[in-house]
Amino acid sequence: MDLTFSPAEKAFRAECRSWLTAHAPHDLPSGDTREGFAAHLAWERKLFGARFAVVSWPEAYGGRGASAMEWLIFEEEYYRAGAPQRVTQNGIFLLAPTVFDFGTRAQQDQILPRMAAAQDLWCQGWSEPNAGSDLAAIESRAERDEPGGGWRLSGQKTWTTRGAFCTHLFGLFRTDPSAERHRGLTYFLVPLEAPGVTVRGFGRLDGDEGFAEVFFDDVFVHDDEVLGEVHQGWGVAMATTGSERGLTLRSPGRFLATAARLVDLARRSGDAAAPTLVDSVVADWIDAEAYRWQTFSTVTRMTDGENLGAESSLTKVFWSELDVRLHEHALALLGAAAELADADPHDWMKGYQFALSGPIYAGTNEIQRNVIAERVLGLPRR
Amino acid sequence: MRFAFTDDQLAFRDAVRDLLDRECPPAVVRDAWTNDTGRSGAAWAHLADMGVLGALASEAHGGLGLTLVDLVLVLEETGYAALPEPIVEHAAVTVPILEDSTAAAAGRVTVTAALDGSGLAPWADTAELIVLPGETGAAVLARADVALDRRESVDGARRLFAVHPRAGPQAVRPALGAFERGALGAAAQLLGLNERMLDLTVAYVAERRQFGVPVGSFQAVKHHLADARLGLEFARPLVYRAAWSLTHGDPDAAVHVSMAKAQASDAARLTGRQALQCHGAIGYSFEYDLHLYLKRAWALAATWGDARWHRAQIGQTLGLPSGSA
Repeated sequence: MDLTFSPAEKAFRAECRSWLTAHAPHDLPSGDTREGFAAHLAWERKLFGARFAVVSWPEAYGGRGASAMEWLIFEEEYYRAGAPQRVTQNGIFLLAPTVFDFGTRAQQDQILPRMAAAQDLWCQGWSEPNAGSDLAAIESRAERDEPGGGWRLSGQKTWTTRGAFCTHLFGLFRTDPSAERHRGLTYFLVPLEAPGVTVRGFGRLDGDEGFAEVFFDDVFVHDDEVLGEVHQGWGVAMATTGSERGLTLRSPGRFLATAARLVDLARRSGDAAAPTLVDSVVADWIDAEAYRWQTFSTVTRMTDGENLGAESSLTKVFWSELDVRLHEHALALLGAAAELADADPHDWMKGYQFALSGPIYAGTNEIQRNVIAERVLGLPRR
Repeated sequence: MRFAFTDDQLAFRDAVRDLLDRECPPAVVRDAWTNDTGRSGAAWAHLADMGVLGALASEAHGGLGLTLVDLVLVLEETGYAALPEPIVEHAAVTVPILEDSTAAAAGRVTVTAALDGSGLAPWADTAELIVLPGETGAAVLARADVALDRRESVDGARRLFAVHPRAGPQAVRPALGAFERGALGAAAQLLGLNERMLDLTVAYVAERRQFGVPVGSFQAVKHHLADARLGLEFARPLVYRAAWSLTHGDPDAAVHVSMAKAQASDAARLTGRQALQCHGAIGYSFEYDLHLYLKRAWALAATWGDARWHRAQIGQTLGLPSGSA
């Protein structure tokens, strides 16, 4: 056990801190609005220019070949500097690990550099009106187009985050309707400009146009745009949910930064803060630290070659519910001012609304608790 | 950064787990509720033979010259077994304090301590030495030089005594870090107790059938136990990290210990609550073993600073309003 950072890790942290402190924007509008998204793209391209967009990727694809530990360090510094959530996250954190694992060399060469540079912007096409947590219930189809050398997609995806602003979609479609639910699915990579695609943005609870529904009407996609094997999409997709629930999408840095802001708010509240509330604030701060150290332990195990599997469900429940508590306690500190967007330099009510989506997306926490019980603890499924 | 134990450390842990499986099954814990000493009998001598009691003592003093990073996993196992012995007070708290720990390392002398602020020392009536807070350090007294006043713990296998000195100490030693080692030791035992209660409950709900199915197949039961597992998952790394910080003299080690003890205490209480609920009526019976572990967890959650006390310490460090103190 060695809980110190190496000289190289310290130097990397210093480089991140220096650049991010100088350049991180603090006043961007929400990236889940049309005008905000454009502003965020400028920021994403600036990150790419400084080779901070995808530090853990190989240099050939715009990264630095950073280790998992260095990536965590980058994330800590990114959120510590107050930089905004990444509008490119569904591509760089969810799709990219799958492309690295399942993509052909040609797919990697074509997709990854443009993704890193925020030229192609990816959204996730999984959920459908009748398939949410029960993802294997999807009905959207892909029919074979032998003469064209590809597939024809039809159906509807929904709850597609930033779908109205993105250029590409990765999604699951049913290629073998006769197969049992989890089989006969294929993972497709779809340009949203393809003929037959209709994207309709719609408002989320927090008022931003962050959602979209995406309609496919006989949309042709080429065989090159299949990720992994035909009919093997479920396995490919599960690799991506591991990323989403686990540490790539929501690394500890984000919650450490929020906890630090909460502690600062509590400090400024002085003796107006009830002792029980101060106790809760400290408990949240400890939880953020607990997530950080649990992650260091996880990364050590990954580096040793261990496969984590269902444990990502533990992580997903923990960070998403911690995020809700952090915001609830901030709102409690604000008291009557909690409803105001400008009660504090940080808009806690807006953050609270976003935090409330955490226990829902990436598989509801009810489903995650089932996974923990069945696959981590070994309780009977039925 | 490498946050993992070595194979040697894990092997030491496994050896102690095997030993305690044999020497400290639930029957031994139950016996300690009513026997004359409140202790385990044979297990203590075996732990001395294995070097556990003197793990932190130097080799010159008959010890293994190990650190809290080595010992923390072993203490976790003593929690898993609900070992009725002052192992934390002896091996973690006082062995590093004694000028010559040879007899303590060999188990010829049992040392307990009342250093957590409660004034209470566990198993003091069978200890040869009792360590109390002194004005300039830790005061080491012989049992003959103190009066003991038995106090009833909720855990009947945890014999507690209020200690009143009748004569001066044999020695006064620097107590640096003694409290932190005690809180860390209790936190480690709470992890073990947590896991034991979870193991008992997982096994029970997989077997117990109602409405024609195992009760563990019901989502309400699954979610209770998933919450218990979550608490354990996010307490353990803080305990291991605090062990490392104490070992390496991290200037923030006391804060790290407070995080560990607060988190481990709350996590064990939650698991205890869920374990009892998921067992139903059988868990509420005295004959069933769950309460042996549940009550130890309640006791240890309260001792060496409870969760709120430790959070208040952290709050002061963070500069939070003093209302938390």
